[in-house]
Amino acid sequence: MNAHHDVSRRALLTGGLATGFLLAFHLPLRAANEPEQKDVTDGKFAPNAFIRIDETGRTVLMMPQVEMGQGTYTSISAVLAEELDADWSKVEVQHAPPNDKLYGNPTFGLQVTGNSNSIRAWWTPLRKAGATARAMLVQAASSQWGVEPSSCKASKGEVAHEASGRKLGYGELAHAAQGQTPPKDVAVKDPKDFVLIGQPLKRLDTPDKVNGKALYGIDAILPDMKIAAIANCPVFGGKVGKVDDSAAMRVTGVRKVVVLDDAVAVIGDHMWAAKKGLEALKIAWNEGPNAAITTKDIWQNLREASTKDGVVAKSTGDIAKALASGDRFEAAYELPFLAHASMEPVNATVRVTKDSCEIWTGTQIMTRVRSEAAKAAGLPVDKVIVNQHLLGGGFGRKLEPDMVVAAVRIAKQVDYPVKVIWTREEDIQHDVYRPVYRDQITASLADGKVSGWKYKVAGSAVLARWLPPAFQKGIDIDAIDAAVDAPYDFANFHVEYVRAEPLSVPTGFWRGVGPNNNVFAVECAMDELARKAGKDPIEFRRAMLTKNPRMLAVLNQVAEKSGWGEKLPPRVGRGVCVQPSFASFIATVVEAEIDDIGEIVLRRVTSVVDTGIAVNPDTVKAQIEGGLIFGLTAALYGEITIDKGRVQQSNFHDYRMMRINETPKIDVTVVKSGEAPGGIGEAGVNAGPPALRNAILAASGVALRRLPIDRTLLAVGKKA
Amino acid sequence: MATKLTINGETKSFDAPPDMPLLWVLRDILGMTGTKFGCGIAQCGACTVHVDGKAVRSCVLPVSAVENRAITTIEHIGSTPAGAKVQKAWLEAEVIQCGYCQSGQIMSAAALLASTPKPDDADIDAAMAGNICRCGTYVRIREAIKLAANGRQS
Repeated sequence: MNAHHDVSRRALLTGGLATGFLLAFHLPLRAANEPEQKDVTDGKFAPNAFIRIDETGRTVLMMPQVEMGQGTYTSISAVLAEELDADWSKVEVQHAPPNDKLYGNPTFGLQVTGNSNSIRAWWTPLRKAGATARAMLVQAASSQWGVEPSSCKASKGEVAHEASGRKLGYGELAHAAQGQTPPKDVAVKDPKDFVLIGQPLKRLDTPDKVNGKALYGIDAILPDMKIAAIANCPVFGGKVGKVDDSAAMRVTGVRKVVVLDDAVAVIGDHMWAAKKGLEALKIAWNEGPNAAITTKDIWQNLREASTKDGVVAKSTGDIAKALASGDRFEAAYELPFLAHASMEPVNATVRVTKDSCEIWTGTQIMTRVRSEAAKAAGLPVDKVIVNQHLLGGGFGRKLEPDMVVAAVRIAKQVDYPVKVIWTREEDIQHDVYRPVYRDQITASLADGKVSGWKYKVAGSAVLARWLPPAFQKGIDIDAIDAAVDAPYDFANFHVEYVRAEPLSVPTGFWRGVGPNNNVFAVECAMDELARKAGKDPIEFRRAMLTKNPRMLAVLNQVAEKSGWGEKLPPRVGRGVCVQPSFASFIATVVEAEIDDIGEIVLRRVTSVVDTGIAVNPDTVKAQIEGGLIFGLTAALYGEITIDKGRVQQSNFHDYRMMRINETPKIDVTVVKSGEAPGGIGEAGVNAGPPALRNAILAASGVALRRLPIDRTLLAVGKKA
Repeated sequence: MATKLTINGETKSFDAPPDMPLLWVLRDILGMTGTKFGCGIAQCGACTVHVDGKAVRSCVLPVSAVENRAITTIEHIGSTPAGAKVQKAWLEAEVIQCGYCQSGQIMSAAALLASTPKPDDADIDAAMAGNICRCGTYVRIREAIKLAANGRQS
């Protein structure tokens, strides 16, 4: 990596703030380290919070991170099983219960799945947990045989003493192993000895996903359960005025109408009754002060805010002097609000009694769900049980507890369990949105290279709301993550941040997080600068990557694999994106065609990824493939707009998703590497939009500076 | 009055309003949660089931319209030759990420292969464009359908 690391999110979260609460984590060595909410797994051998082995050798691994499609259950299991030398065919996974002490993500000190860091954060702790358990099993076997532990070898769920030919399975050793003293500092394997890590292992969660057996939060069924549909106040911040429920109560199957201060829910025997009941309600809303807000107002505010000086996040060299000479370039890039639109709409099932609250849901932030539910229920935290489920997509939406809080408030009013399901319309219109961003880049060119680079990010500080201790000195380290961590060697380099919260619209993390806006702005500007310098975009970048060999290597490979430089038909172009995202190094080329009316046809995408040690290379590939489509969807279609204080989009007809007929050939190469693992669940998202935009620039000469892509600027005969 | 449906070869009898979509009958009355709710307006395909072997969106299909028809859901599709091939290919190609849309994807793919055993890319586009996958597994869906149709190409 380069030298711009000192204020990056990684540095701050793992080092800079380490004196705060973020180092709450330590490797728990015994399950006797009482979880507040116990897991229910029997296991004779329970050496730590993650491993349970019974007498039959059945090996249950507790998952501190949640599975929302990114493959982490399989990768985390592979890391644990590798060091445990488990029999992979006997490995089963279980959702961990909420417990920050045992299962808190080491980076955040909270049981959170996000920021593409499951493997990065858990790599060392889980390897040690597995190796410790293996050492205890070896000790148990060697003491039974009266031989030195060093003369025994563990492999595939067995300990063997080669000299005497004796063998004992982990199941047979479970009881004795539980009585062993765990070694203090156990050695982990040399990567050359890995047998599971680095293999394209089949995912553990997918067999039940082909036959309808997999259970997501929305699939929870309880005795006497009813279903609720919810209407949140359409205007952000508005309240319920008057509710006439007479027609709703006449709908067959409707049981109750629950009026909260900011939402109304109809509870019925099934979702159809609840939905029809909701449609039959007459609700007068007190829309409040935000009832006139429009997207135009929000952009005007953001543009104004972005003219101010920001807080300096990083400055090296003499930026003022550098920008005063050379060939000057200035541009502003603008990104819209986006909804998450997980395929599983937001939902939660809750049963509240006078002294308990139990929740069934799929969440990225279990312990916060638990504590917020406790507040809403008016109960102590230890009276709240959270049952985790698979997530039908998360993408950051399920880093928020709001849907659970709403369900608790509804369930409090009845004496039976309620499953509260948000219709797709509610899901789109009451999201916590990817913020609008305005990114201004001022640069100078000298001798064909960037001689000065000033980048000002303006937008929401999601971290200030979501993780206040991480918001320090007015800098949202997420919003500028890949701005300060630019891959290029710029002599004079300056990054500023302006916090600008949009009027009324709640903002949150969206797959790709801060680097979403940073990678887009940087890579768009780099292409425009290359044109100004009269250079090929890849050649131009190469000259500034000489101190970044991993990035240069993936760029060179993608140039070769994508056929960069080969002749293309008219109105077809290739665009490149180079990105440091989540400690992975990725270069991507999109090849796209623009038709006469400005519509885009994606022809081909090529990505080369160096993510260090790829725990499961097939998962890395899948995440890049899927991430690219997620990002390209946003570039082609994604925009949430506001009128009269309300979100105007409502479902997949007006908040469009890419479909299979629009999907190009995608070729992902995963580079073999011995470096520490990087993050991969979000990186592909960031690659798509700038690479496509640069392909459009190459095909048409039009330098788009806003997303989503405005086709009217690309029709034949239009000039930029 | 009780409604009778034939689902996965079994007769099910229950009370439901005639306009109630089959999706909610399956999920909320019969407890068959493999069929998913995604949009409620036949835009995403997560709720796809088979009626007389054809892929349909159950979220907009009133239960009264499917009495005396043969309904097949994801829970049972593995017992049809095309469904079994699709499920196997889906796992071989490791298509699935979050999996929420995949019940619908598999139902659409099974209907396609039952009617068009050797689909080309255009057939696949036509049959599968109604199914959204937010995780973006489309490349592998295409690959898996070809794998199911042709067996493993080595």
